[in-house]
Amino acid sequence: MPEATAHSIAPLGITRDRLATFVIWSAALLVTGLFLWLISDILLGGITRLSWAFLTEPPFDAGRSGGIGPIIVSTGLILLVAIAASVPPALGTAILLAEFSRRESLFGRSVRLSLDVLAGVPSIVFGLFGNAFFCIYLGLGFSILSGGLTLACMVLPILIRTAEEGLRSAPDDYRLAAAALGLSRSAALMHLLLPTAMPALIAGLMLGIGRAMAETAALIFTSGYVDRMPDSLWDSGRALSVHIYDLTMNVAGGDANARAAALVLVVLLLLVNGAAMTLADRWRNARIVTA
Amino acid sequence: MNWSKLNTLFPSRADQPLLWLLRLCALTAATVVLLILTFLVIESRPALRDVGIARFFGDRSWHPTEGEYNFMPMLSGTVYCSLGALLLAVPSGIAAALFSRWYAPASVAGLFRRLIELLAGIPSVVYGLWGLTTLAPLIGRLHAPGTSLLAGILILALMILPTIALTADAALAAVPQAYLRGAAALGLSRWGMISGVALPATRSGIATGILLAAARAMGETMAVLMVCGNVVQYPDSLFDPVRTLTANIALEMAYAMGDHRAALFVSGLALMLLMLAMVGAAGLLSRGRRYA
Amino acid sequence: MTKKLIFIVFLLLAAWLSWTLWSTPPASSTTRKLVLTGSSTVAPLAAEIGRRFETLHPDVRVDVQTGGSSRGVNDARAGLADIGMASRALKTSEEDLYSFTIALDGISIIVNRSNPAAALSRQQIIEIYTGAITNWREVGGRDAPITVVNKAEGHSTLELFLHHFGLQNRAVKPQVIIGDNQQGIKTVAGNPNAIGYVSIGSAEYEAGHGTPIKLLPLEGVQASVENVRNGSFPLARPLNLVTQSEPAGIVRDFIEFARSEQVRELVEAQYFVPLAR
Repeated sequence: MPEATAHSIAPLGITRDRLATFVIWSAALLVTGLFLWLISDILLGGITRLSWAFLTEPPFDAGRSGGIGPIIVSTGLILLVAIAASVPPALGTAILLAEFSRRESLFGRSVRLSLDVLAGVPSIVFGLFGNAFFCIYLGLGFSILSGGLTLACMVLPILIRTAEEGLRSAPDDYRLAAAALGLSRSAALMHLLLPTAMPALIAGLMLGIGRAMAETAALIFTSGYVDRMPDSLWDSGRALSVHIYDLTMNVAGGDANARAAALVLVVLLLLVNGAAMTLADRWRNARIVTA
Repeated sequence: MNWSKLNTLFPSRADQPLLWLLRLCALTAATVVLLILTFLVIESRPALRDVGIARFFGDRSWHPTEGEYNFMPMLSGTVYCSLGALLLAVPSGIAAALFSRWYAPASVAGLFRRLIELLAGIPSVVYGLWGLTTLAPLIGRLHAPGTSLLAGILILALMILPTIALTADAALAAVPQAYLRGAAALGLSRWGMISGVALPATRSGIATGILLAAARAMGETMAVLMVCGNVVQYPDSLFDPVRTLTANIALEMAYAMGDHRAALFVSGLALMLLMLAMVGAAGLLSRGRRYA
Repeated sequence: MTKKLIFIVFLLLAAWLSWTLWSTPPASSTTRKLVLTGSSTVAPLAAEIGRRFETLHPDVRVDVQTGGSSRGVNDARAGLADIGMASRALKTSEEDLYSFTIALDGISIIVNRSNPAAALSRQQIIEIYTGAITNWREVGGRDAPITVVNKAEGHSTLELFLHHFGLQNRAVKPQVIIGDNQQGIKTVAGNPNAIGYVSIGSAEYEAGHGTPIKLLPLEGVQASVENVRNGSFPLARPLNLVTQSEPAGIVRDFIEFARSEQVRELVEAQYFVPLAR
């Protein structure tokens, strides 16, 4: 009898496991295939236009010729402003939510609810809001500052929610050990909890940076359309995504340069993501030893 | 197990400045939310006052230049597109995360994760362009016109997949090793460990990812504008063109004045309320089933 | 190894940044800024004209922003912009403003290049767009349902089209609605049974560069930039610069420059029609 029971359970378990392996591998292959199709379709057309001149010269003839030098600079500046303006408040709010309030508390739930609602606001509404608030009400005008600050508002929910989840997933043993050692909360955060939550924080940062670089509608109304090299953060500057949009949707014959610009955007994204991850890993490994 | 987190850290006076700093940060975040809400309300007031809420549901159709303001067809377009995209993206995103964590060989896993991070940053214009020039003609060969609800669902699914995959991946990375070793000690198969131990432990992390992805899907403007066909109607089939609320705002905002413009902001408010309803429903569903 | 790689990348970035910044002339302290906002159709042309204007007037910076024709008109009126750009004629409610036409833009009906239909009469177009004719074989094409492509409400191209054919937008039964010209071109290029209407200049350019579309003649007149120029093509819209008051100073200089012979080639490079002189 025991042999019969053992026989009847094992094959089902193995079959389910094999089936799961098959399904997951096929899903991964499907996803990879789709994405490679998308990337090659759009980007390979742009390789021919890439050159040092393309990366440094300003655009000519409404972007059909020339390069995207000033546009890359504007994009980088906008990204810098967005990250600098959003990461500190996001981290602070996430720590407050994760370490200083219970998950089910009214404060926690209402903050989380309002953040989720904020995440659902359409990008074009963000653009119009940014225009009304930053450009007109605060008087910043069409500028890189306005664009960066608007983007910061947009990525705030993503950063806060992922950071909170990351902090909550740090094991309680760490907190108990810190309490046993008499560490203050700030010390426990800096030396234990934040480094442990680093993968989630980085994942959130990647999503935030990705969203910021991919955003078009919000930037058209805030950082503007001017494709000149910006002299300062108060100048209007065209972001790479806005440039790609203009070339594909507004300018006849701009498709080739649009694809090259998209390729540059992808490479820039790889660089930024790689840099952020390396820095974060270095910071974490200086503080804790991971399993 | 000890699950209460509030009192596990030693309270000390050194933490007071930290606490005030954190409260300031939270205040900034809350201010942003309030500002956006105020902005939407102010801008939609003319329409709410002159047109009245009932007409947004009861008018014959959406023809603002002729005084008709029914946006229900577009609301349904948004809901169908987002739900369809979620149905496709959630299983694939979780599968992708599982793949990069446990099924892929080490070298492939890193590359795969890089690929997903990359896709999170591709502009919506590029997704929309690909959809318009490659996907829509393919669908059109099956059933005209090609730019349709199906195209919108597919493109949106592609766009939100990285969000779900990355948050699921981060959540899976945080599963304590003890759980996994325990599962191995019990002799569970790989899939048994995943379905029985890892996935339940990451429920809240994955739920966050799904909510963020849903928010992204509902707020997406450019890509759906290019591939959905933008005809204001209730779709009868997957191949019918639809218009989402966001595409509507983008299409008409450039030329809208007065009540028309305010009506577009009302649709923005409607989206926020929809998001609120969805988050509320998700919260209700998961109540009483939490571990922590 | 990774450290070396990071260092090399950093060096490359620094080299690129310094090169780009070095090759840009610095702005002087007495720069006067001229702000234009409005139609995204006019924006590329205005930006090119502005660029050339800056070379002639080194102390002026011309900033062009988009946001739509209505926004351009409103901004000009409210003083938020020096000049508004509009891809349409002023409405009756806007008659208190001053408008100056800098170019013309024709509107042509386009179909996919593989479509055998060669010409459509006025009545046929009306019936196609109102849904009375639904299959291409009724107008000389293949046996396939017609995919009607219309523009979104409010766009001046739509209003001109409806006005010319005496239609109400409510009567039009489209299968696809588009926003920009390029979206229309790409939609028709990807669908062998589509029909739509876009700016003549862009359509001519795309058709001449391999995009699978063709322009249909309107009421016997070939759709071409040339025919818009000589006035024989019936469907055209003006591209206007709008100001709140009589232009003076740098604003007047810019508007005069934009209407002069010096920018004729710029207008043509954007596939619009310069004003006949």
